[in-house]
Amino acid sequence: MKLELTGITKTFGSLVADDDVDLTVEPGEIHALLGENGAGKTTLMNVLFGLMHPDSGEVALDGENVHFADPGEAVRHGIGMVHQHFMLVPVFTVAENVALGFEPTRHFGLLDRRQARAEVHRISEEFGLEVDPDAVVEELPVGVQQRVEILKALSRDAQLLILDEPTSVLTPQETEGLFAIMRSLAASGRSLLFITHKLKEVLAVADRITVMRLGAVIGTTTPQATTEAELATMMVGRSVELVVHKETAHPGDVVLTVDDLTVEDPRGLTVVDHISFDVRAGEILALAGVQGNGQTEIEEALCGLVELASGRVTFLGRDITGASPKLRLRAGMAHIPEDRVRDGLVVSMTVADNLILDVFDVAPHARFGARNLGEVRRSGEENMRDFDIRASSVDMLVSTLSGGNQQKVIVARELSRPTTLLVAAQPTRGLDVGSIEYVHKRIVEERDRGAAVVIISSELDEVLALGDRIAVIYRGRIMDIVDPGVGREQIGLLMAGVTEDGAGSGSPVAALAPEPPR
Amino acid sequence: MSDTGITLGAVAPPAGEAAAAPAPSRWSRFFHWMVEANVVMVTALAIFSGLFVGAILIIVTQANVLHAWSELFSHPGTTASVTFFTVGDAYRDLFTGSLGDPFVIGHAIRTGQGWTAALTPISETLLYASPLCVAGLGVGLGFRTGMFNIGGQGQLIAGAMAASYVGFEVNPPAIIHVPLCILAGFVGGSLAGFIPGFLKARTGAHEVIVTIMLNYVFLNLLVLALTTQPFQLPNQQNAVGRTIFPSAQLPRIFGHNLRVNVGVLVAIAAALGVSWLLRRGTLGFGFRVVGANPDAARVAGIKISRATILVLVISGGLAGLAGMISLCGSDYFLSSGYGGTVGFDCITVALLGRNRPIGIVLGSLLFAALNVGGRSMQASTGIPLDLASVIQAIIVFFVATPGLVNEVYRLRGMNVGQGLLTRGWAA
Repeated sequence: MKLELTGITKTFGSLVADDDVDLTVEPGEIHALLGENGAGKTTLMNVLFGLMHPDSGEVALDGENVHFADPGEAVRHGIGMVHQHFMLVPVFTVAENVALGFEPTRHFGLLDRRQARAEVHRISEEFGLEVDPDAVVEELPVGVQQRVEILKALSRDAQLLILDEPTSVLTPQETEGLFAIMRSLAASGRSLLFITHKLKEVLAVADRITVMRLGAVIGTTTPQATTEAELATMMVGRSVELVVHKETAHPGDVVLTVDDLTVEDPRGLTVVDHISFDVRAGEILALAGVQGNGQTEIEEALCGLVELASGRVTFLGRDITGASPKLRLRAGMAHIPEDRVRDGLVVSMTVADNLILDVFDVAPHARFGARNLGEVRRSGEENMRDFDIRASSVDMLVSTLSGGNQQKVIVARELSRPTTLLVAAQPTRGLDVGSIEYVHKRIVEERDRGAAVVIISSELDEVLALGDRIAVIYRGRIMDIVDPGVGREQIGLLMAGVTEDGAGSGSPVAALAPEPPR
Repeated sequence: MSDTGITLGAVAPPAGEAAAAPAPSRWSRFFHWMVEANVVMVTALAIFSGLFVGAILIIVTQANVLHAWSELFSHPGTTASVTFFTVGDAYRDLFTGSLGDPFVIGHAIRTGQGWTAALTPISETLLYASPLCVAGLGVGLGFRTGMFNIGGQGQLIAGAMAASYVGFEVNPPAIIHVPLCILAGFVGGSLAGFIPGFLKARTGAHEVIVTIMLNYVFLNLLVLALTTQPFQLPNQQNAVGRTIFPSAQLPRIFGHNLRVNVGVLVAIAAALGVSWLLRRGTLGFGFRVVGANPDAARVAGIKISRATILVLVISGGLAGLAGMISLCGSDYFLSSGYGGTVGFDCITVALLGRNRPIGIVLGSLLFAALNVGGRSMQASTGIPLDLASVIQAIIVFFVATPGLVNEVYRLRGMNVGQGLLTRGWAA
């Protein structure tokens, strides 16, 4: 199916989300839509899928103008969408999920399970999407759940499939699997619109690439005609350093020792399973792994936010296992939390207040229970300058800043004071290329200054770029601690639970491997 | 079908690059202010709406006005004038009854006579506003911390009981007795506030439920106390409390004939104190962080349980202080059901003032003026006091739903909805 968007404009108040956007997707084409957060990709897709109505512009399918009042209408016109966050019922089987909303029924409104199952079989065979129709969705690995989403769209006879950041939850191997599926779908004449901000993937799978920036289309190109650096420049609007420059680490004394750490979730399931590691001054230990394998809990354990089932945490020779977050902060720990809006910022407060959020009650920001507002403002302005936070003043509410600048507020807060240990979880999630470059540079500087650094990241590129040693986490265990030199392939296998001797507890091709603990 | 598609609201818009637009002229700024939704504008429109609906209610409830409307086609002039004068008189009485009659005040200024009559309305309004303001500050402080303290009534009673006990049990000179009563009022209220705070911090028991239930506990505890010694007035069968010693009475500020007293100064001091706490105090900063984002507070090393207990202790203490102000300022003895609706009206006042100290001061004044003026309106025009309550309710209704005001008056740009009133029950 051929999709043509012409002159799409959508504004929210004074914010122009999409400005006169033209986009054409040919039949049988994988078209990548590349752009930073806030570039207008999501808005454009919401317009296409009938979730929002454009202020002006036309949507045409196979040369015919269409207007979708709601997503249901878009689906009837052959548009399918695989959302970043899956829209599946976890306790239903694959067949039930696929049938949901378009249930085949027999007499008296009885659900025809057999037909639903047959449908799943038919589609999975046609496109090589291996899924067991009777498996319960919540027990499937994330990559397979995504396959169910695709199946669901195909069962509605989607001719144009929109994939919104589909690889953010996948291992490298699962990503390869997805790309194979995408290629076979394109070969069958379907059109695919692939939304992402990952340059490597775009070059690997797309036939054509459209780059958006600040609501406007910057240009359309092909993988053959461009390079990563050029795409990054188009996205950001200036040339960007894609490689992190760092010298070899010179590790000093051990700063943090984690011994036999075990964390249970509220249901009593073990999510961090007897892990031990140590981190030295002047080195970066990267904890790699697909999201939901216990990294979040390790982060919380290091920062005193969760009760341990067992284990000891030693910091600078002191046992801090039961210490409060405040004590750890005062002892020289810095923490960049995984979810910045939930855990790192108070978005309804000002930049200045957020810049001192965890040191608000100590000198020079306060004395005898009274805040020194002059000093808060002065140091806030200094940090804004030093860390290049783009806001018109320190009195701006953090909610008005872009994601990248919000993250810079946290980075500035945590790195502007003397730090012995930095725990940074997903420090560049959702950031644009320019901000990623900046945050990475700051973290490496912190290491070179002599701090011990723990990076928790599910982005393989980030782990490889920053880590001096890489600990790969799978189902709450450290599979191995490796040198970044071993390469993507091996780390990718470790992330999927496969060890070198093949004695892994799971395999990336085993479609029905139980879901990792979350 | 999909709600994740619309994530735009959550994601901040692209960096608001420091746009250095040319400074607009004063007039265009004023115009923008007028049509832009802002707190002052919305509140003003809410008050206007309240008065407007009140006017309609006067028209449809007053027999003479209704009669005039039945002659709309034969005597349109009469209809208009009767409507105009009835509504006008009512609102004039509302105004003069609460703030004073300009003619009487003018006369007092010219002749130096009749000051008492000129200032009685404003004195009564201030008297009525003081406890409302203090208790409202407590509720507002709770809201800012994400805590819905509905226990104002119980805490107020606890404070009043403590103050009255100190007031009738000991008899030192006023210079010691009055501060002692003030202290007792605060401590009594804080103890009542400590209970829900402690339970929430320890067990997670929701403060809304605990404080509501404690209201009943204190209401009945008061009845029990007033029927037993030492609270009950000796040789009495009824639930009436002992009168406090004159040395415990809050001194009147402007002579004996005007009831306005030191309670007003206590209210002002409380407002300044809460304002300082929220703006400059590290404790208050912690409260605000906990209220705005408890997860971030925890990560930043702020102890949520400590903030929970402390804020309810202070909030309860302020409610207790309110009880002390009415007891030692004007009532002088306890009776069953003491405090009336002040413990709930203060929630309204906190909402009116959007949980800001200055707003709460103004809100309590408005609330008190409507009440005091409403009584005067009832006395002179026969329009029931309930109408004043309806006007109050409508004003609060509109203030609490800024979106509605925007819709009705077509204001642009919603920036008033951000003030977090309270988190939901799930908190």
